[in-house]
Amino acid sequence: MFDNLSQRLGAVVKNLRGQGRLTEANIQDALREVRVALLEADVALPVVRDFIARVKERALGQDVLHSLTPGQMLIGIVQKELTALMGEQAVPLSFAAQPPVVYLMAGLQGAGKTTSCGKLVRMIRAQGKKKVLLVSCDVYRPAAIEQLKTVAAQAEAEFFPAAPDQKPLDIALAALDYARRHFFDVLIVDTAGRLHVDEAMMQEIRELHAALKPVETLFVVDAMQGQDAVNTAKAFGDALPLTGIILTKLDGDARGGAALSVRQVTGKPIKFVGVGEKLSGIEVFHPERMASRILGMGDVLSLIEEAQKGVDQAEALKVAKKLKTGKGFDLDDFKTQIQQMQKMGGLGGLVDKLPGMGQLKAGDLAQGEKQMRRIEGIINSMTPQERRQPEIIKASRKRRIAAGAGVQVQDVNRLLAQFEQMQKMMKTFAKGGMAKMMRGMKGMLPGMPR
Amino acid sequence: MFSFFKKDPAAEAAKPAASWAERLKSGLSRTRSALTQPFASLFAAHAKIDEALYEELETILITADVGVEATQHLLGALRARVKRDGLTEAGQLKTALKAVLGELLAPLEQPLDVSGHKPFVIMLAGVNGAGKTTTIGKLAWRLRQEGRRVMLAAGDTFRAAAREQLEEWGARNQVEVIGGQGGDPAAVIFDAIQSAKARGIDVVLADTAGRLPTQLHLMEELKKIRRVIQKAEPSAPHEVLLVLDANIGQNALTQAQAFDEAIGVTGLVLTKLDGTAKGGVIAALAKRRPIPVRFIGVGEGLEDLQPFRVDEFVDALFA
Ligand SMILES: Nc1nc2c(ncn2[C@@H]2O[C@H](COP(=O)(O)OP(=O)(O)OP(=O)(O)O)[C@@H](O)[C@H]2O)c(=O)[nH]1
Ligand SMILES: Nc1nc2c(ncn2[C@@H]2O[C@H](COP(=O)(O)OP(=O)(O)OP(=O)(O)O)[C@@H](O)[C@H]2O)c(=O)[nH]1
Ligand SMILES: [Mg+2]
Ligand SMILES: [Mg+2]
Repeated sequence: MFDNLSQRLGAVVKNLRGQGRLTEANIQDALREVRVALLEADVALPVVRDFIARVKERALGQDVLHSLTPGQMLIGIVQKELTALMGEQAVPLSFAAQPPVVYLMAGLQGAGKTTSCGKLVRMIRAQGKKKVLLVSCDVYRPAAIEQLKTVAAQAEAEFFPAAPDQKPLDIALAALDYARRHFFDVLIVDTAGRLHVDEAMMQEIRELHAALKPVETLFVVDAMQGQDAVNTAKAFGDALPLTGIILTKLDGDARGGAALSVRQVTGKPIKFVGVGEKLSGIEVFHPERMASRILGMGDVLSLIEEAQKGVDQAEALKVAKKLKTGKGFDLDDFKTQIQQMQKMGGLGGLVDKLPGMGQLKAGDLAQGEKQMRRIEGIINSMTPQERRQPEIIKASRKRRIAAGAGVQVQDVNRLLAQFEQMQKMMKTFAKGGMAKMMRGMKGMLPGMPR
Repeated sequence: MFSFFKKDPAAEAAKPAASWAERLKSGLSRTRSALTQPFASLFAAHAKIDEALYEELETILITADVGVEATQHLLGALRARVKRDGLTEAGQLKTALKAVLGELLAPLEQPLDVSGHKPFVIMLAGVNGAGKTTTIGKLAWRLRQEGRRVMLAAGDTFRAAAREQLEEWGARNQVEVIGGQGGDPAAVIFDAIQSAKARGIDVVLADTAGRLPTQLHLMEELKKIRRVIQKAEPSAPHEVLLVLDANIGQNALTQAQAFDEAIGVTGLVLTKLDGTAKGGVIAALAKRRPIPVRFIGVGEGLEDLQPFRVDEFVDALFA
């Protein structure tokens, strides 16, 4: 099976070389591959159909640029269209009402509403509002109110107490009253997870909305959701005037096609993405990253270009082969790997282009790169034999290597431990590809988030 | 019709078990109506077998999260059968597809038998929010109905109020919940098994925190939990359940693979089938690596867990 769209297309467009124009006939196979790629990414079928029709319309009759193959040309169009459909970047939260402004959370069971309440506090504070009150109207799920209470404490926001024997509407109104009298800027109202086909529960949230008149009604969606995303998004969008979407659990490896489905069906902006269980795991939304992720290829085109510019092809092939098997990967290869990464714009440059890597922060990257240079230095002061058989490096050799590289013996120890882990990771690479390995590496480099 | 999913917990706990068969039926009919509507219209609309029929069939399988690969496989097998048996009518195609799907799913129907060990230790794992803790609550109820003594281990020491949530399920079932404040999940489960042994408990249900397979350190933690369970009781865990949310798309395949590699999954629970998600990813899973589906979740109440039955599942698809 192909890992990503460009590989898929590579296979079908080889015979298209030399054709100067995109035609119905010569893009048909390629479009079929695009369709499969989107379906595998969990984009809902009706949305895929619309999208393919759109791309086809856009592509037909276009001249193929000299530097590109028809396949690359088509990828370019696909990516551009997809990015456009994902909507605007970083749409801020609204405060456009008399304070306290109310935010209402809605979504299926387990999507991440309660956790997102705590994360939003952070985003609200970043926009200059200080006083935030949290309240839970989830009287159904065991310990749901207790959960929000803990989350509120973690977020250092005030919590409005409630009990499971109260009515959700009564709780909400009492909290609103309290927020008014105590001059809160924002009231965030958490609600129980509900099925869109559960009439009574959908009625309940409509009533909550009518009474609270929230300026933000945020639909929380699990990025792993499958084809049914169109049905749930349609039902929630029909029941409530949604103002935005929060896409959670993007720290996983789901391609996240639900993002496109939900965006298409509701027409509402994806405002934030959840990238971790901790309250710091929230980011503003980047449409082009999401588009790349759904296509499963990062910014593959530019990665390929840079790879061709900066990398010694023979070296790259040699390492790639070892990477594939996970066998015979020694410290020399480790070093080559690091050097090549640096040629390709460093860790930062690579990370930007790989799907699912958006969560690394600039500071962490700088530290990571410094660490890489140090690793290179240590390997440089090893003998060829030591590089091939790191197990022979015992105490006296360690001291010599450390002195040679101008580091401490602990640094050498750490490198050797990391290398051992890296060899294990090679097996992962052979199975799961670069992005997965890079994710594993994050945990290895000190100062990088896990 | 759906209002009975949400009711106050006290009434829930007090509710007699008499309506079990009824609920089982209604649970299934929900699954059935959700799953079968498209088929009904499909087979009425076409008298003869033609390409449009196959295409509509493909649409139905894809939108049920069966996935491209497994859909292709099913349609391929269907075409072969149509040819072999010389079928020409749309109505016959239904029976043929039923058979094909049934054959694919057959290895998944293996009910869970907890009688072989005492205590029988069941470890539950899965991604965040899949329904692990709720499944434990429902499973405890089932086991209690069978007259077994059950103990719960609060192995999620990470998520906010995870222990309180499990404690509430323990209270509803009147079973003991073991769990330290915060602390190490493996140690909590170890303690639970020790005390279950001392007290003659029949089944220990061990909750764990939700985790995504990309969080390698958390997958390592899960391996450690499994090792420590084995230390507490060398024959345990006797069942490792992976809880899958029926709403999840193709990532369920990755999840099954990753959790299986880490802790050796012996059974699946497919939750949230009471919505409109079809759970068709089960077919894709069956094709890749068949792991028995022990139960399906059809609601948030104590009684909303049913054993997985292929004939019912397939019948529900084609009724
Ligand atoms: N990895 C990861 N986990 C998340 C994220 N957001 C939420 N979670 C986890 O997902 C699970 C469900 O989150 P909750 O906030 O309880 O979801 P909910 O929508 O409030 O659930 P209900 O109230 O039961 O409907 C928890 O384990 C959270 O820690 C995220 O962005 N990444
Ligand atoms: N409708 C429906 N909801 C379910 C079902 N199973 C679980 N849920 C709901 O899904 C949400 C998450 O369930 P939990 O049991 O907390 O999930 P979990 O896997 O333990 O979550 P974490 O521990 O946070 O990873 C809760 O709101 C449950 O009530 C089901 O079969 N049907
Ligand atoms: Mg919640
Ligand atoms: Mg849980």
